[in-house]
Amino acid sequence: MANRVIPVLTILLAILAFWYAAAIWMNAPWQDRLNARADLVDVPFAEFAAQTWAQDKPVLPAPHQVVSEIWNATVALEITSRRSLAYHAWITLSATLLGFAFGTVLGVALAVAIIHNDASDRSLMPWIIASQTIPILAIAPMVVVGLGSVGLTGLVPKALISMYLSFFPVVVGMVKGLRSPEAIQLDLLRTYDANGWQVFWKLRWPAAMPFLFASMKVGIAISLIGAVVAELSNASGGGLGVRLLTGSYNGQTVQIWAALFIAAGLAAVLVAIVGAAEKWVNGRMGARA
Amino acid sequence: MNRTSLTTMQFALALLASGAAALGLVFSLPDPGSVPLLTVFFALGAAAMVRLIRPINLWFDGALMLLGAVALLLALPQTGAMPAHFWWALVASWAFAWLFVERLSAAIRAGHLPETGTGLVIPVIFGLALLVAWEVITRGANVPPVLLPPPSAIGARFMAETNILWADFVQTFIKSVLPGYAIGCLAGLAVAIAVDRSPFLKAGVMPIGNFMSALPIIGIAPIMVMWFGFDWQSKAAVVVAMTFFPMLVNTVAGLNAASAIERDLMHTYAANNWQTLMKLRLPAAGPFIFNALKINSTLALIGAIVAEFFGTPIVGMGFRISTGVGRLAIDLVWAEIAVAAVAGSAFYGVIALIERGVTFWHPSVRGGRA
Repeated sequence: MANRVIPVLTILLAILAFWYAAAIWMNAPWQDRLNARADLVDVPFAEFAAQTWAQDKPVLPAPHQVVSEIWNATVALEITSRRSLAYHAWITLSATLLGFAFGTVLGVALAVAIIHNDASDRSLMPWIIASQTIPILAIAPMVVVGLGSVGLTGLVPKALISMYLSFFPVVVGMVKGLRSPEAIQLDLLRTYDANGWQVFWKLRWPAAMPFLFASMKVGIAISLIGAVVAELSNASGGGLGVRLLTGSYNGQTVQIWAALFIAAGLAAVLVAIVGAAEKWVNGRMGARA
Repeated sequence: MNRTSLTTMQFALALLASGAAALGLVFSLPDPGSVPLLTVFFALGAAAMVRLIRPINLWFDGALMLLGAVALLLALPQTGAMPAHFWWALVASWAFAWLFVERLSAAIRAGHLPETGTGLVIPVIFGLALLVAWEVITRGANVPPVLLPPPSAIGARFMAETNILWADFVQTFIKSVLPGYAIGCLAGLAVAIAVDRSPFLKAGVMPIGNFMSALPIIGIAPIMVMWFGFDWQSKAAVVVAMTFFPMLVNTVAGLNAASAIERDLMHTYAANNWQTLMKLRLPAAGPFIFNALKINSTLALIGAIVAEFFGTPIVGMGFRISTGVGRLAIDLVWAEIAVAAVAGSAFYGVIALIERGVTFWHPSVRGGRA
């Protein structure tokens, strides 16, 4: 354990040190101007560094500023407040989860259709791949506006973007997984006189589980990205994407970084949950680690 | 079954197709001859019911599908919704298309038709069928163009605005995506090679790199716009940040791909570290590096377009998309999307082609399909 953790911690510390140094360097020009205006000359370096780490709208906020902003905007505020990051994170999270659920179901359904029908394999698969060449993330705000004009507002349009992004890894992974049983195993089930349904539930589906979870890890991370970007078009709807947008309009860099950190934390927690579910399912099915 | 040599599903599709054609024929009786080609299609489609008695060649189904689509497109009214019996034509030609594709793939599987060429026909038919259905539904049901313009309008707009689209393409793809992609990938490669020598650094970088690859890095776009200004530099910076981590993680994994026995061989040749790297481990990492290059090719375009939502000069694909939505010029937006899709696919395709040339030794390439 120790020889796994220590290298990671070392690198993290190096990043942190680099970050503080970069904050001094990048915030210095503005701090120089502030000090010149206040007729402060010959500020000692330690004091100058502390000044650059405590600016109101820094070019690069120091890590502790971001952490304290997160603290102020989550724990210190009512959860229903529109300034609460927890409130915005919940909006994004619910769209992510809804879209991820849609996407996984759609992906599995398409994969089942593809492995059971030759024509859908040949006609669908190239277009499923082609569907991902449309940069949906890039047009997500437009799609949300378009769906809003037909009366679909709130969670669903964002979830649709997440779905569009997350079904793809699931289809690709599940097609591979459902086809992973070897001929000898299929032959064995034939000798048992298993019907198609039994072959599916007792062989193909369990065999596809590792592939499903690997795909779901990619899918949930990409769902979150989809939900965040989809929020960029609707400033009144709330969500982490809106915090990014308003932060960028008002030059509130600390707010942007805080939203980014929360999004990163959400992604980490979601991937970890899928990973835990994977361990549990694999353990139940007697998989050897 | 013997009589028609069709599976249950094909039989159901055939019944649906001919039935819809027959219904269309009945409903079009009140004004016969107003659209002669469509009437011909209905009649022939209904006549295809004779497959109950004797089998019909699969190419006849294909011809019917084509006839139905062409007749329907020609008969579409310029304004207003289309007559109700046209919908039967849509259902019938869709069913004929499906039936044709089913029988074609069955024939390929049975070995009656060659795989090459005909295998390509099926996805093309599916795509064209989607386009025809899109065109017929948007124009036939009088969908407001603001919501979803028909493909023909998008095509017309594409032709009319090529210089704007080209300027946007240059701004976004040539100026932002390509430099960012090159810098990000090269930096990832360089850092991976640098940490490769030290197991300690490798153990530290890998989990962090994996973690960073899963994060919504695209969110740094507003920060980059603040740091590097509105022009292409900020977009290229976003692309660098997005492409760096997948490249780093894949290269580090790939550099471990060479087996111990191959490394031992290099050792017996008294090869130094640099020679082992250049002659064995970097080539062995090729499939991993190209995997990252392919992932990054799609990420890069998305990153550049999204970054343009946060501030841009008055040119660029992301700018055109966001202002197009505001001005309700949705057909221009779709033309821009088409450009992005084609550019993204071509980018990916070029990388895949280079991969086939460079990693020709890898089983996945030698197997025939990449």
